[in-house]
Amino acid sequence: MKATNEFRLTIDSRSVNESFARVAVSAFVAQLDPTIDELGDIKTAVSEAVTNCIVHAYPDSVGKIYIWTGIYENGKIKIKIKDRGCGIIDIRQAMEPLFSTLGGERAGLGFAVMESFTDKIRVYSKVGKGTTVCLEKTITGRPADD
Amino acid sequence: MSAIIDGNSERMTVWLDGEIDHHNAGGIRVRIDETLIRLRPKLLSLDFSAVTFMDSSGIGLIMGRYKNIQSWSGKLEVINVPRSMSKVMRLAGLERIATIRNMEEIK
Ligand SMILES: Nc1ncnc2c1ncn2[C@@H]1O[C@H](COP(=O)(O)OP(=O)(O)O)[C@@H](O)[C@H]1O
Ligand SMILES: [Mg+2]
Repeated sequence: MKATNEFRLTIDSRSVNESFARVAVSAFVAQLDPTIDELGDIKTAVSEAVTNCIVHAYPDSVGKIYIWTGIYENGKIKIKIKDRGCGIIDIRQAMEPLFSTLGGERAGLGFAVMESFTDKIRVYSKVGKGTTVCLEKTITGRPADD
Repeated sequence: MSAIIDGNSERMTVWLDGEIDHHNAGGIRVRIDETLIRLRPKLLSLDFSAVTFMDSSGIGLIMGRYKNIQSWSGKLEVINVPRSMSKVMRLAGLERIATIRNMEEIK
C-alpha cells in the first residue's frame, strides 16, 4: 500500500528540536481530524523516539535524525524515526519497561510509552549503524468515550 | 517551561507551567532541588494544572524528586493532572509512590 500523503524532515540531534519534531508530526496528522487524545498520544510517542536519538544514538556528538510520516487509507498513519548513531545491542532488553543504559533521571519508559500510545511499534537496529523506530496508529477521529 | 515554587518545612508546592520533555526537565530539576534541599519539607506537592505536555522525562523528574525527599521520609503528591498526562503516570505506576489527583473535568 502506498501513502496517500507523506512528509520528510531531517533535524539535528539537539534537544531543543524535541518539541519541534513532535509538533511537526502532529501538525501534519491534524489533517485527519484526530481527537485531542490521539494527537497527544502521537506527540508523546514521537517525543520519546526523538529524545532517544538525541540522548542514546548520538551521546557525544550532534548527528541527524530522519523523520518520515505517511498517511494511508482509513486514517492509518506510519511514522519512522531513524538515526545513524550507535545502535542497540539487545533490542528486546532495551524495550523492557524500566530498562535504561543511562543513569541520571531516564525512567527507562520510552519504549513502553511508544508501545502503549500507538497501535504497533517495530524497531530495527544495527550496532554502529543506527536505529529505526516505526510506529503505526489508526486515527479514528471519534471522541473517546471514557 | 517555568515553575513557581513556594512553601515551608511543612509543605512545598511547585506550580509547573508548560511542556516537560528531556530538553527542559534538567533546568526545572535544578530549580526544584535548590528549594527542596533548603526547606526539607514533609510534603512536596507538584501541581500539573498548567502543564501542556509531558513524556517519560516528566516521570524521571517526579521519581527523582521522590528519591530526594525520601532521605528525610517526606511525602509526595502530584495534583491537578490533565487527562493526557495521567495516562503516562499510570503507565509508570506513579500511584505507588505518590498521591495522584487528576484535574477536575470541566464539563
Ligand atoms: N535510538 C537509539 N539508539 C541507541 N540506543 C537506544 C535508542 N533508543 C533506545 N535505546 C536504548 O534503549 C534503552 C531504553 O530506551 P527507553 O525505553 O526510551 O528508556 P530511556 O531513554 O529512559 O533509557 C535506552 O536506555 C538505550 O540503551
Ligand atoms: Mg527514552
